[in-house]
Amino acid sequence: MSPDALLSARGLRLSFGRIDALDGVDAEVFPGEVLAVVGESGSGKTTLLHALSGAMCPDAGAVSYRGPDGAVQDVHRMPAPALRALHRSDWGTVHQDPRQSLRMAVSAGGNVGERLMAQGARHYGDIRAAAIDWLREVEIAADRVDDLPRTFSGGMLQRLQIARTLVTQPRLVFMDEPTGGLDVSVQARLLDLIRGLVARLGVAVVLVTHDIAVARLLARRIVVMRAGRVVETGLTDQVLDDPQHPYTQLLVSSVLHA
Amino acid sequence: MSAGDLVLRTEGLGKSFTLHLQGGVRIPVLDGVALALRAGECVVLSGPSGAGKSTLLRTIYGNYRAESGSILLRHRGAWLDLATAGPRTVLEVRRDTLGYVSQFLRVVPRVSALCIVAEALTARGVGTEEARAGARAMLLQLHVPERLHALPPATFSGGEQQRVNLARGFLGRHPILLLDEPTASLDAANRAVVVGLVRAAKARGVAVLGIVHDADTRDAIADRLFPVTPLQDAA
Repeated sequence: MSPDALLSARGLRLSFGRIDALDGVDAEVFPGEVLAVVGESGSGKTTLLHALSGAMCPDAGAVSYRGPDGAVQDVHRMPAPALRALHRSDWGTVHQDPRQSLRMAVSAGGNVGERLMAQGARHYGDIRAAAIDWLREVEIAADRVDDLPRTFSGGMLQRLQIARTLVTQPRLVFMDEPTGGLDVSVQARLLDLIRGLVARLGVAVVLVTHDIAVARLLARRIVVMRAGRVVETGLTDQVLDDPQHPYTQLLVSSVLHA
Repeated sequence: MSAGDLVLRTEGLGKSFTLHLQGGVRIPVLDGVALALRAGECVVLSGPSGAGKSTLLRTIYGNYRAESGSILLRHRGAWLDLATAGPRTVLEVRRDTLGYVSQFLRVVPRVSALCIVAEALTARGVGTEEARAGARAMLLQLHVPERLHALPPATFSGGEQQRVNLARGFLGRHPILLLDEPTASLDAANRAVVVGLVRAAKARGVAVLGIVHDADTRDAIADRLFPVTPLQDAA
């Protein structure tokens, strides 16, 4: 693990039957950076995200996380309660489908406040005020704080999920296709929001996306995956403007320009 | 850095493109480029269209990957080889030492012209208010009217977008500045502003390396020309 890395994966291997979803993957994430992981469906990018966040245990290899106290922990050997605590505090996850992490029967404010309460916040007024602040931060009007998420549009749900994730000021956020399935205008607003918040809060993000325009907009470093392997990695603009690997060249040349 | 000190030097710099989707055709563009740039001087790349001037500029910036040779650059008082530096080092060099004004502004949806320009300073830890004030002054100097500052440049004309790009490039106050056709889409009045900005930068000790096709602008800023010759002709 590099001395200043936040998260480091070495030699990750994971097979589903005869399919090598991860075939010897190394990756590092540094504080405050957005690292994009791109590739087509089935390239292993989502599996990599799951292995990094501890949701899936690799057959071989290790993931190390450096906590705020500087101590390095092996993510897959950590006791389950410690990993859950990490996910409630230092880490956050933004799923493509916000319904996966939101509680649809709880108000918007409750969804945001819940993560604070899980961290030990108990003062109702403070929690509500923080929730309203965060709704405003993601451009949801304060008067929607008591509404149920099911009354929200897809773009609003995604923004609510981001508020819920960022309210605890995590150091590392895992995002899986955060703008997938949204209209382009909604997508642009969300991208801008993520870009601004990430820069201002200095949070590190591992961003999985099949959309290289999204990767270019949000990430300074990029990993290109194919068939469970990293085929190319480096500066986002260099990898996309001067791709070396045949697969990256194919990926870049296949993008339609409006 | 005092005027005349060497700040950038390429040695044996080579670059080719291998097109895997076209049967692996290899197109050599640069070979053995040895360029030296000193603080306070402006060097303009000369050569016919397609000779590799933009490729050279982009390779120095790290937008293209150097294939052979070295790109030595003064960064925080020490020499560093950008050709072999890791991505995070290149990003740090771009933030603090090496500025680049591309031919076209890459517009980001919903981000205002003022924010795009101010980012050159906020990225280096300058406070938001100070950065915005600097951005505003630079935009006004480049004749981008105040009513446009709060708007995203997507709807701006080509010349207006280029001036936003220039404002961002010059506001960063990098000790080394790369300019790719900075005046291509500008009228005479704005070309004159750019000439003034380059001269002021040189007077501060900034080293400028550029591609400038407009002869008047080139003559007004260049201390010398550096020829880039097409490899096919040289062979």
